[in-house]
Amino acid sequence: MSITAKTEFKPKIVAFCCNWCSYAGADLAGSSRLSYPADVKIIRVPCSCRVNPMFVLRAFEKGADGVILCGCHPGDCHYSTGNYYTRRRMTLLFSMLDYIGVEQGRTRVEWVSAAEGVKFSTTMNEFVEKIHSLGENVRLGDLRCRN
Amino acid sequence: MQELVKRASELLADGSVARVLGWKAGDLPYNPEPAYFENEEQLRSFVYNGFCGANLSKYMIEASKLEGKTLVFLKPCDTYSFNQLMKEYRVDREKAWIIGVGCRGKLDIEAVKRSGIKGIESISEEDGELKIKTLYGDHSISYAEAMLERCHSCKGKEHRVYDELIGESEETNDSERFAGVTEIEAMSPEEKFAYFQKELSKCIRCNACRNVCPACSCRKCVFDSNKFDSAQKANTDSFEEKMFHIIRAFHVAGRCTDCGECSRVCPEGIPLHLFNRKFMKDIDELYGEFRAGEDAETKGPLTDFTFEDAEPGVVAERG
Ligand code: SF4
Ligand code: SF4
Ligand code: SF4
Repeated sequence: MSITAKTEFKPKIVAFCCNWCSYAGADLAGSSRLSYPADVKIIRVPCSCRVNPMFVLRAFEKGADGVILCGCHPGDCHYSTGNYYTRRRMTLLFSMLDYIGVEQGRTRVEWVSAAEGVKFSTTMNEFVEKIHSLGENVRLGDLRCRN
Repeated sequence: MQELVKRASELLADGSVARVLGWKAGDLPYNPEPAYFENEEQLRSFVYNGFCGANLSKYMIEASKLEGKTLVFLKPCDTYSFNQLMKEYRVDREKAWIIGVGCRGKLDIEAVKRSGIKGIESISEEDGELKIKTLYGDHSISYAEAMLERCHSCKGKEHRVYDELIGESEETNDSERFAGVTEIEAMSPEEKFAYFQKELSKCIRCNACRNVCPACSCRKCVFDSNKFDSAQKANTDSFEEKMFHIIRAFHVAGRCTDCGECSRVCPEGIPLHLFNRKFMKDIDELYGEFRAGEDAETKGPLTDFTFEDAEPGVVAERG
């Protein structure tokens, strides 16, 4: 067996998108033929506030290099107030990650409406770019998931 | 202490309470344990001394389901936990007869041992000094030096909920509550990571910090699920360990009263309050000052919001 040459870093990105706005926004981006990197894996959730902090940590642990949450704009939540809770929770979670020494920028929250296909695609492009510059996630991964 | 026993037997005798929740002497001079007392006979082993750090509020969850009233002794900080549990409908105020007990700071046997004192046979107290008899001779250490971390940043000696008060308190607060958090915040990401790696790799996942915590009283706990790895001890260098700690602290964020029990019971001496207080500090800064357990009504910061709340990006902006 030989040591394999270092291959190009392809970031794995997990995007949690709410069913009502952001997932539809992603759909619109697709049907308008706007491109966003194939490294972004979308997980559809009923509301951004369905995202338990554990989902975010678990995604990192299982090998994600970046995690982004997209939901309806504040005030437009399908369930009226879900995303306001998301906002507080994620702020605290991101701050805690920063506190234990995880690089800033690996996590992000963005509000994307069903009409914002363009915003969806630019956000994803930007985020992938950012993760590219941060490189592989070594601090949050589980050893057992590494190969 | 005699006053507490006397009052307890009075209330037991006239039938106002069915049982007493207090502390009884342990097998060592420094490990009294929470206990129920149902008659005068049992009250003979009742103690209230410097090592009675245990917060009895959590036991009131089960006691609330029992027949009749329970007399419970609460220190000032314990009353915050009781209030918080009332807010969450976990304890029944009607089932409790609360005697607020005075507090002059509680002791940490680990602090005594850290100062090199071993083979302890007995401990007594004289004018702010602990006189310790050991197998290797007599020692003494100042009371303040042997105090629990939480007592150095005590919330104050006012009982937030009680039926009657017994005993005097003394001011013990001599350090800034968030000093430890601020110190870590000033580190570089590499230093922060190394610091927590060092501390958290000691964790043996005994779950004592969770079990003792009044806020961690869910009937079903996510950490008991056998569906994921957090149910066991993980590799010290994997993220599993940190995940447990982040989630434990997150689940009590906005509900943690900073009662200090988690740090007190951790057999590995992990400073768990540094996680809890980080959330408290952020909550204070972002959503306005809030102290869980101050009363039993105010909405918690994570079950509330305003339209103008900061966006999560604020974490990066404030650097
Ligand atoms: S924190 Fe305050 S009230 Fe609680 S045990 Fe310590 S000194 Fe007593
Ligand atoms: S009490 Fe300490 S060792 Fe036990 S699980 Fe909690 S942090 Fe880990
Ligand atoms: S997390 Fe620790 S300090 Fe907070 S309520 Fe629970 S035991 Fe007390």
